Amino acid sequence: MADKKVQLSKADRWSVCLRSTFLQGSWNYERMQNGGWCYAMIPAIKRLYTTKEEQSAALKRHLEFFNTQPYVAAPILGVTLALEEDRANGAPVEDAAIQGVKVGMMGPLAGVGDPVFWFTARPILAALGASFALTGSILGPIIFFVFWNILRMAFLWYTQEFGYNVGTAITKNLSGGLLGKITKGASILGMFVLGALVERWVSINFVKVVSSVTAELEPGHFIDWANLPAGSEGIHQALSQYAGGVSLEQTVTAVTTLQDNLNSLIPGLMPLLLTLLCMRLLKKNISPIMIILALFVIGIVLHLPFIGLL
Amino acid sequence: MNIVSVLLVFIVAFLAGVEGILDEFEFHQPLVACTLIGLVTGNAVPCIILGGTLQLMALGWANIGAAVSPDAALASVASAIILVKGGQGEAGVASAIAVAIPLAVAGLFLTMVIRTVSVAVVHQMDAAAEKANFGAIEIWQYIAICLQGLRIAIPALALCFVSDTLVANALNSMPAWLTEGMSIGGGMVVAVGYALVINMMATAETWPFFAIGFALAAVSDLTLIALGTIAVSMALIYLKLSESGGVVAAGGQGGTGDPLGDILDDYE
Repeated sequence: MADKKVQLSKADRWSVCLRSTFLQGSWNYERMQNGGWCYAMIPAIKRLYTTKEEQSAALKRHLEFFNTQPYVAAPILGVTLALEEDRANGAPVEDAAIQGVKVGMMGPLAGVGDPVFWFTARPILAALGASFALTGSILGPIIFFVFWNILRMAFLWYTQEFGYNVGTAITKNLSGGLLGKITKGASILGMFVLGALVERWVSINFVKVVSSVTAELEPGHFIDWANLPAGSEGIHQALSQYAGGVSLEQTVTAVTTLQDNLNSLIPGLMPLLLTLLCMRLLKKNISPIMIILALFVIGIVLHLPFIGLL
Repeated sequence: MNIVSVLLVFIVAFLAGVEGILDEFEFHQPLVACTLIGLVTGNAVPCIILGGTLQLMALGWANIGAAVSPDAALASVASAIILVKGGQGEAGVASAIAVAIPLAVAGLFLTMVIRTVSVAVVHQMDAAAEKANFGAIEIWQYIAICLQGLRIAIPALALCFVSDTLVANALNSMPAWLTEGMSIGGGMVVAVGYALVINMMATAETWPFFAIGFALAAVSDLTLIALGTIAVSMALIYLKLSESGGVVAAGGQGGTGDPLGDILDDYE
């Protein structure tokens, strides 16, 4: 169709892309992202339709129910722009076709967008940033903020353009290989990193003492404070003995906590079990908030002086 | 806090509130929100540490479908303000986090209220669409966004005006067994976030990678970046191998010019 009457310019499409940032602004329990979607479509509707009737019909068409992960709305916007453009040029694109494309794409794409962005990209970037931030470095927040927004803006623009170019053929394209591969690769990456994070950052430390052995050391294995030369000579000798691994006191107490025993078995075993337990509880539809509050209560109770397990 | 700081806190809180619903720029993530509050009040370092700590707890908090996650925006903004006002510096991080969790629940409730109010907003948009009134739709969109911003900005402003000593006294009156217990609980709460994520991603195919990650993390010499490199490499290798395996299976015979694939095929 080289002889289209009206066409969306690159500036129009860019404007839609920028506005899609506010997609969730009027998120509501009735039609969810409909207000934000309509708001994003406004530059295109203004360009494509000139009469009041057509404009009003288009606005109403785009105030229908819509909900997906906010970033993967971009390719859906792209396809919808292509459809609206065809329609404005007289192609027989029904209201139902536009609605069908939107609804048909929002579910599967949210299924990709939620795990990829909320459960892989953001946790990984945020964990990286947090590891810097824990040392008080401002680099942490900066890394997270800058990389996230570059990633996001690039994704929004390029997938919207992709959707626009592919038009109605996009649904076929999504069932093809590339997207599946990206999803699988991302989930492999995510699971690996999660395994590492569970080991490193879930902290449970059983301070309960299981054994405390006191031993008297043989002479020569501890610093004989009474018989050191006086003055700096004595300090020098004591320090060099200490550096050589000689004990400070004659009596030493070897304390073994429950945690030491667990660590010699498998480091990170308890965090792993706790994580598995949480997964189980979540699958039983226990709300995350309840589990969080319960864990705080457990932490406080087990730390009480007369229990002292944690 | 002087008037300029309070004004800047209001703006930061507003942005965090807006982002709590938009989920685009991520101003509401503790890492960003706490840092910004710290910067505008001149307490950058403790607030960055608070942000990092809260962020680890909030890794798996995400709005999925119609479900709303615990509210990171109110939790991070309010706990950062309390940290600043408490004046304990880094030592106050643990008790600020103790305050953050109940606030995350309160924020969750507030956003649900606004999401209900927004039903009325989109009905106004319907009426504007009837008259093809573009401007009115845009204005209602902005109103809805501002409501979400004020959801955090107003409580933040109120916190600024509660007297410093009141906040400090309230924090100091918290007994050690409580704050220590809370920070022990905080160490465990991270598991809930991971569990949410794992439940979404786990398949029989990806569990072995979880196991490898878990085992390798015990080697403390490996940094997170090294672990990430291993993870990316393994994902690429796996995809490549499963792809060539697929080709062999589809062809029904060897000789694909992929020696490793042929060898693997022979073992089956």
